[in-house]
Amino acid sequence: MACFIVPAMEAIVTTIATKIVKTREASTEISSSDAKAKVSENVKGHFSRKLSWLNKMLWGGSALLALEHVWHGEVVPWYPFLTAASDPESKAEMLHEMSTVGVTMAVLVTVTWIAMVVASSIIEKRADKIQPSETVKNEN
Amino acid sequence: MTLLVTVFAAIISSVVWYKNAPRDEMKVGTLALIYWGASLMWTVDAIFEYAELKEEYFSPAAADMLNDFFLGLTVVALGLIIWLVTLLIKDPKGVVKKALLSKKS
Repeated sequence: MACFIVPAMEAIVTTIATKIVKTREASTEISSSDAKAKVSENVKGHFSRKLSWLNKMLWGGSALLALEHVWHGEVVPWYPFLTAASDPESKAEMLHEMSTVGVTMAVLVTVTWIAMVVASSIIEKRADKIQPSETVKNEN
Repeated sequence: MTLLVTVFAAIISSVVWYKNAPRDEMKVGTLALIYWGASLMWTVDAIFEYAELKEEYFSPAAADMLNDFFLGLTVVALGLIIWLVTLLIKDPKGVVKKALLSKKS
């Protein structure tokens, strides 16, 4: 009915968060004079880049689901845009669906993203451990 | 059916992304993430539908299946359009910029 609205709302929040994190990362990069820290930061990758994965999944998923709702006549281009919002009974059903299906969708996408971030952090840490030893070998 | 079509689109785009990684000039990674996001959301939808319909969920009417297949294809097309627009706006290879500048001069 309108389950895609919940992940879309999360997408708005995460997009704003990404912008803030990106600005902070840029200001930290300018102030940081430690070359070693800069190298480490490059290897690890910016958190804003990782947040953009979540944005893409949430925005993309919401857009494609919105199309499905248009296809089924649940979203219309005139007020109140959601056909279920026209009468109180359907409205209650819609809100119930948003709080169950919609919230589960947002949670599943977020959990998947957390798993992706954890996996990439493990890979980055391994790369971090390998790199110094390789440098020593090259120096010898 | 829509879920299945989207999952296949997500797998194909992920394979293409992996084949060219770490280079991602064509932003195929973005396309893969769009399809995976939609696939995850439709998985949730399918679980809730299965909880409601039980075994009936796996034996849909032919007309419904065809309609869902068309919807799946339309969804894949929309994903491709979103990706293409993003690619042209971000223009990682600078092709659009070059084309516009060469026309001016």
